[in-house]
Amino acid sequence: MIELKKINKVYDDGFQALKNIDLTFEEGQINVLIGPSGCGKTTTMKLLNRLTDYTDGQLLIDGKDIKEINPIELRRRMGYVIQSIGLFPHMTIYDNVATVPKLLKWEKLKIKERVKELLTMVNLSPETYMTRYPSELSGGQQQRIGVIRALAAEPSTILMDEPFSALDPISREQLQDELVRLQKEIKKTIVFVTHDMDEAIKIADQIILMKDGHIVQKGSPNEILANPVNDFVREFIGEERLGTTVSLPPIGELMRKNYLSISTNLSKQETIDFMVANQVSELPLVDEQGGYKGVISLYKALKSKQTNLVELADQSVVTVEETTDVNSIMEQFLQTNPIIPVVSEQNKLVGVLETSKLLDAFHQIFKNKSGVA
Amino acid sequence: MSFITELGLYMAENYSTLLSLTLEHILMVVYGLGMALLVGVPLGIIAARYEKVAPLILSLTNILQLIPSLAMLAILMIYFGLGFETMVIGLFFYSLLPIVRNTYVGIREVDPSITEAGVGVGMTALQLLYKVQFPLSIPFLMAGLRVASVIAVAVACIGPYIGAGGLGKEIISGISLQSDVKIYAGAIPAALLAITADLILGKIEKNKKQRIA
Ligand SMILES: Nc1ncnc2c1ncn2[C@@H]1O[C@H](COP(=O)(O)OP(=O)(O)O)[C@@H](O)[C@H]1O
Ligand SMILES: [Mg+2]
Repeated sequence: MIELKKINKVYDDGFQALKNIDLTFEEGQINVLIGPSGCGKTTTMKLLNRLTDYTDGQLLIDGKDIKEINPIELRRRMGYVIQSIGLFPHMTIYDNVATVPKLLKWEKLKIKERVKELLTMVNLSPETYMTRYPSELSGGQQQRIGVIRALAAEPSTILMDEPFSALDPISREQLQDELVRLQKEIKKTIVFVTHDMDEAIKIADQIILMKDGHIVQKGSPNEILANPVNDFVREFIGEERLGTTVSLPPIGELMRKNYLSISTNLSKQETIDFMVANQVSELPLVDEQGGYKGVISLYKALKSKQTNLVELADQSVVTVEETTDVNSIMEQFLQTNPIIPVVSEQNKLVGVLETSKLLDAFHQIFKNKSGVA
Repeated sequence: MSFITELGLYMAENYSTLLSLTLEHILMVVYGLGMALLVGVPLGIIAARYEKVAPLILSLTNILQLIPSLAMLAILMIYFGLGFETMVIGLFFYSLLPIVRNTYVGIREVDPSITEAGVGVGMTALQLLYKVQFPLSIPFLMAGLRVASVIAVAVACIGPYIGAGGLGKEIISGISLQSDVKIYAGAIPAALLAITADLILGKIEKNKKQRIA
């Protein structure tokens, strides 16, 4: 855990870049520092690995005053990714990634294993890329290397200063997705600087919004979106985001958990009888282990000669995972089937979204909102 | 008999003398440059690291190069006497500026974000120097070495005036005997030496640069 207590920073030229910063970076979370250019994000980050020293206040790392920690050792146990990527152009990808393990004098074999593991983790084949030089990689690939170089020596904390802002939008989105996926595995304390609100909302556990050297608001993305403290925050978030993202319940809340389903044990006739008796035209098909096998349509069951339920089931129906963002599936459920099966990562059926119910829910939310406004 | 065949015949006949003069010439240059590298690179690094002493180091080496070569060699002769060593010391002084200056510029030119990355991952000042800054300044250093080597090959031609050998011997005796053939027999290998050094070092410089760019 990293705690900043009443931190002030005055640069040599007399400019006060940070004013009375009180802040805690929680363990294992992505903490995003965001704010307009010049608000002090980079300065705050550089305090953490002592590339800059604060003027007064106190900075504790796991309860220990940062001034008592040797800066060289401190930096070796904090990963650092900078905006301009900063790979060493005269070193191969291998040597770049191995930089900190080498400084820490790891065994050669262990370093090699680690580099391979990291390259695989970001979908770059070790055989192809280890011997290449940074100039032989695309911007997106280079920044992946920048990220795994920071991860190499298994630091507990990783500092990332606008790591993706120089990339094209597609690579940027990819790397954001990868970071979120990676973080699920590695669970590091990440301090991430950006000026892009979409990026912050997408990746953050905690957002710290700054302006002119002080903190305006901090909280989870939902908290900030739901309760912006003032006009500055509202403006920074943007009206359209406030409009759509606020308080849409997660899929887990919207779906029906104990929806009817057809077991693959049933015969075709039993299935038809069951659907008619329950007055439903579509039902998900599951095997004995609860594995999702497709959607059975009553109409199709009556019409088709196929007697095997698995063959009969429609496999092309769109499914979603519980963790999927509701907004991203708006389009899908507006144009497709009356039901959307919700499956787990192992493709087990966990529930069903009914399009009609979903639409009702959205209308309800919309009504509430316009009522308030 | 045409001049070319005359020159060819002369060079063929005196082939072993010319070869040993060329070798001597090369040795003087290599020793001079070697010493300049040994002293100049550290001076360049010091200048790049300590902003305050940079002007002092750079202007001192600059002054050395501004002294006319004959005058410098004459002065050196007063202290070191006649001979090969005096010439090597002269070449050393002459090569110092391009090497110091280019090392200095090379290190200063390293992209600040790369230096920051080095510091940020926890390199000590020394590690930063030999793992990052110095390797990245090598193309500049090679450019300096290239300039220095061409100057050194030329300056070494006046070696005989202070009792050193080298191809200058052939050229100067050609002047006093008014023999065009002898002058050319000394000048052509000297020119070839300068061109070869320029080409080889230029190639190394380019190779290093390509990788880094
Ligand atoms: N070395 C410095 N000396 C003086 N002022 C600085 C220095 N570094 C940054 N600043 C100023 O401090 C403020 C915050 O800078 P920074 O933390 O880099 O902002 P950002 O939020 O864009 O990362 C800016 O106004 C900047 O001009
Ligand atoms: Mg910044």
